[in-house]
Amino acid sequence: MWESVIGLEIHVQLKTQSKIFSPASTSFGAEQNTQACAIDLGLPGVLPVLNEEAVKMAIKLGIAIGASIENNSIFARKNYFYPDLPKGYQISQYEIPIVSNGSIDIDVNGNIKTIRITRAHLEEDAGKSIHDLYENESVIDLNRAGTPLIEIVSEPDLSNAEEAVKYLKNIHSLVRYLNISDGNMQEGSFRCDANISLKRSNSSELGIRAEIKNINSFKFVEQAINYEIQRQSEILDNGKSVIQETRLFDPIKNETRSMRSKEEANDYRYFPDPDLLPVSISNDLIENIKLNMPELPNKKKERFIRQYKLTDYDTSILILDKDLSNYYEKVLENTDLNPKTTANWIITELLSYANKSNTEVKNYPVTFGDLASLLTYLHEGLISNKQAKIIFEKMWNNGEKPQDIIEKEGIKQVSDTTEINKLVDNVIKNHYKSVEEYLAGKDKLFGFFVGEVMKESKGKANPKIVNKLLKEKLKNDK
Amino acid sequence: MENKTLIELKTEIQNKKISSYELTKFFLDRIKKIDSKLNSFITITENNALKKAKEIDSEITKGNIKPLSGIPIAQKDIFCTKDIKTTCGSKMLENFVSPYDATVVEKLNEAGMIIIGKTNMDEFAMGSSNETSYFGDVKNPWDLNCVPGGSSGGSAASVAARLIPCSTGTDTGGSIRQPASLTGICGIKPTYGRVSRYGMIAFASSLDQAGIFTRTAKDCAILLSHISGYDPKDSTSSKKEVPDYYKECIKKFEKMKIGIPEEFLDGLDSKVSEVFNESVNIFKSNGCDIKKISLKNSKLGVSAYQVVAPAECSSNLSRFDGVRYGFRANDVNNIDELYKKSRSEGFGDEVKRRILIGTYALSTGYYDAYYLKAQKIRTIISQEFQNAFKEVDVIIGPTAPDCAFKLGEKLNDPIAMYLSDIFTVSTNLAGLPAISIPMGFKNQLPLGLQIIGNHFDESKILSLSNHYQNLTDWHTQKPKILGAI
Amino acid sequence: MDKKTVIKIADLAKIQINDKEIEDISVSLQKILNLVDEMNAVNTDNIEPMSHPLNLKQELRKDVVLEKNKRDLFQKNNKYTENGYYKVPKIID
Repeated sequence: MWESVIGLEIHVQLKTQSKIFSPASTSFGAEQNTQACAIDLGLPGVLPVLNEEAVKMAIKLGIAIGASIENNSIFARKNYFYPDLPKGYQISQYEIPIVSNGSIDIDVNGNIKTIRITRAHLEEDAGKSIHDLYENESVIDLNRAGTPLIEIVSEPDLSNAEEAVKYLKNIHSLVRYLNISDGNMQEGSFRCDANISLKRSNSSELGIRAEIKNINSFKFVEQAINYEIQRQSEILDNGKSVIQETRLFDPIKNETRSMRSKEEANDYRYFPDPDLLPVSISNDLIENIKLNMPELPNKKKERFIRQYKLTDYDTSILILDKDLSNYYEKVLENTDLNPKTTANWIITELLSYANKSNTEVKNYPVTFGDLASLLTYLHEGLISNKQAKIIFEKMWNNGEKPQDIIEKEGIKQVSDTTEINKLVDNVIKNHYKSVEEYLAGKDKLFGFFVGEVMKESKGKANPKIVNKLLKEKLKNDK
Repeated sequence: MENKTLIELKTEIQNKKISSYELTKFFLDRIKKIDSKLNSFITITENNALKKAKEIDSEITKGNIKPLSGIPIAQKDIFCTKDIKTTCGSKMLENFVSPYDATVVEKLNEAGMIIIGKTNMDEFAMGSSNETSYFGDVKNPWDLNCVPGGSSGGSAASVAARLIPCSTGTDTGGSIRQPASLTGICGIKPTYGRVSRYGMIAFASSLDQAGIFTRTAKDCAILLSHISGYDPKDSTSSKKEVPDYYKECIKKFEKMKIGIPEEFLDGLDSKVSEVFNESVNIFKSNGCDIKKISLKNSKLGVSAYQVVAPAECSSNLSRFDGVRYGFRANDVNNIDELYKKSRSEGFGDEVKRRILIGTYALSTGYYDAYYLKAQKIRTIISQEFQNAFKEVDVIIGPTAPDCAFKLGEKLNDPIAMYLSDIFTVSTNLAGLPAISIPMGFKNQLPLGLQIIGNHFDESKILSLSNHYQNLTDWHTQKPKILGAI
Repeated sequence: MDKKTVIKIADLAKIQINDKEIEDISVSLQKILNLVDEMNAVNTDNIEPMSHPLNLKQELRKDVVLEKNKRDLFQKNNKYTENGYYKVPKIID
């Protein structure tokens, strides 16, 4: 009946050192208004000067999404009044944005769907208004004012919340791969607005759309879109019309509601900013940046599968976060470790700890070097798999090094044949009845004997060797 | 002393014939004695100026002398000055003290100059008569019942009255040249991008330029070299090398081809025409070829200007919202009221008028017909100038259609006021340099001659101006009222 | 220019005007528009609009932090600040 048509506008904060038009710092978390210089404050007489790194980052993005890079793009003023917009206008791009006509693929149930990206343009971020600090006043912090943003606008090619989240995650991964943004949704360096409308399945005529702002997690994007689709369906089912408006997503109530602010009535009166000249980007510069592009997710995926013989599934997990894929490769570096088992260890063991505690790679308490050590001990048979898991838990929780834990707890796996033979002899002696049953044909008892040897050794015996020696002894006893 | 040129003063200071302190005090005394009649200053920085003068004198005794050490200058109150109020002639910035210096101010300070005060101006540089200032009208020293021109009325009047040897101004549609013409002094507007706009409170960003008032072309040339040059803080400033304009302008005069647009002579006042023709004859008999040219669409300059300037200013003035600095209205119940009351009380009528026109011109549905159209007219006007400069070196004409008008005469007729800029606006639209120098009198009020050059041809226009001043003495005439004061 | 338009632009520009002023402004704005309409005498169909008088290239700034914290200086004369924040009447979104 109703088909949803979704387009996303993503605002990505670029991780430059200084702001897009001023040399003030962009670092997060500074005390209010300590990183707002004269230009950011919009003092009388100040002028903007464009940050070259922001331009390069935009070009990188454009190349990565196969877009056209404009040789002479223009900055425009978007005029409106709001206290966190110091100049009374935002410097943005209107006609002639720096990047246009790109695309990115998403995986929809095993099929590739191409999502077109209409444009990506540079603009400055506004400051922050805080409304709940004082009773009768709102307060303004302009530290964020002037931080460079790239606004990525997709065509309305997304058909449901799941696709939208996939697209969002791909862009998120991409900007981190390109090292142009932290992509931190909690800190606000990656923000998403969704435009949602419904249309009849058999019609090409688009419905009236609502814009949902203020969605700052992947989960909320999914919820917001689903809620909105539901809300609009109900309106249309009742024969009414959807109002074209801006709505806010309320994550607590899990609903969208209409914004009361006057942004609706605004005529932004865009015109080219006379304080800035057209940004001249030569083809040479574009070529240069192209040659120095970091390895992008899709290329990395191909390489991982090829080089490490990993499955598609495992690779997808490892590469989604660039830092994790780097961590993985660093673990493997200069070791004999098996890539597949290493990948498996990371995906099953390490990630379960990381995900449970929401720890980012850069904050892992276990360094890649230490994990490599641990896995090498395992690989060489000095510890068992079970022991390794126990040691890892200690490494993760206490930050200890594997060799220290092993020494302290004397965990070293016993592989000495003589020692183990002693234990095997003990077990056989103590369970001679079961041994007889085994020799009579009850093969299942073998596992029991292994378990008993392990118990005798307090878990330290190398299971492989136990197996081998047990088999030999029992064979001989026959 | 008050009639000495910059060069003369420079020599006196260097030769220790006079100290900076004495010189500064001298002009301060003149200002205190005379300026109440003119109202050309908003702020007089007596203590700071004398303190700096003493410091400079001490440096001079140690042998540290800078190019313009110890010479006082007045800054138009549109240039941000650290520790001195910058009001822009408006209630909105009545108590505003900038935390930084404009680049122009920095450069002149570095050259050793002493800021003696901030001059009065039309509010936010919008006006042609200095009658819109929150701090009262400025009077023309030649006739206290007449306007000095605007928007840099205070800067012009103070130099004309010899209260100061030189001052800075800004020119968006004629705001240096027209007051220079009406007060009988030299005023130069350089090529767009020649001088940094950083710290110069913006009116119309693509038209504004900082410039100089002096009594002689040579003095203009000296100061122009000091304020010119690329500024990394101003993206629209030019990297083109800055010549020694003084050297260039005193070079032996070479033949020049001078163009006179017939459109500038259309319907010209008969006396103005007569005076202008005398100047033309002087050029003719002194090494210049005169050629009639046509700037067919120059008249459209006023219309285009009345769109572009307000449009840009409507956006530039949005920052004055009472939140972070400037005037904030009391007793407001919500943010909308804060904006509306602060801006309505803080801005004068002319400013409000221009903001409204500008907002309209940029609004949806009107952008193409107004703003875009005006920018296209700009291209046409610019092309016409370029074609003309293929045939001639410079273009001349009267700076203003008439001499100074009476206070209040045009205040209620904005259109008449705008039309007084008819000869000057097209140069701003095209970004060309132009100077106005005294050329004679009508009814004992000064008339100015405008010389327009091609981009970055300041040397040519200064050279021609100097040549003219070697052959005439209009620039040495003093307002007679001063004798009676 | 009609009253409704004047009210709308005044609101966009955040300028308060009373009824009497609307009338005056309407008249003077119309006069200016009449002046401006003279531009229509010229055909500009194939002309490029000019936004900068000179063909200058945008100089880019190196990505270096040059500004230190000067909050106290900037807020020195502003009594509408608290704890380093700028204060405005409460805004309800």
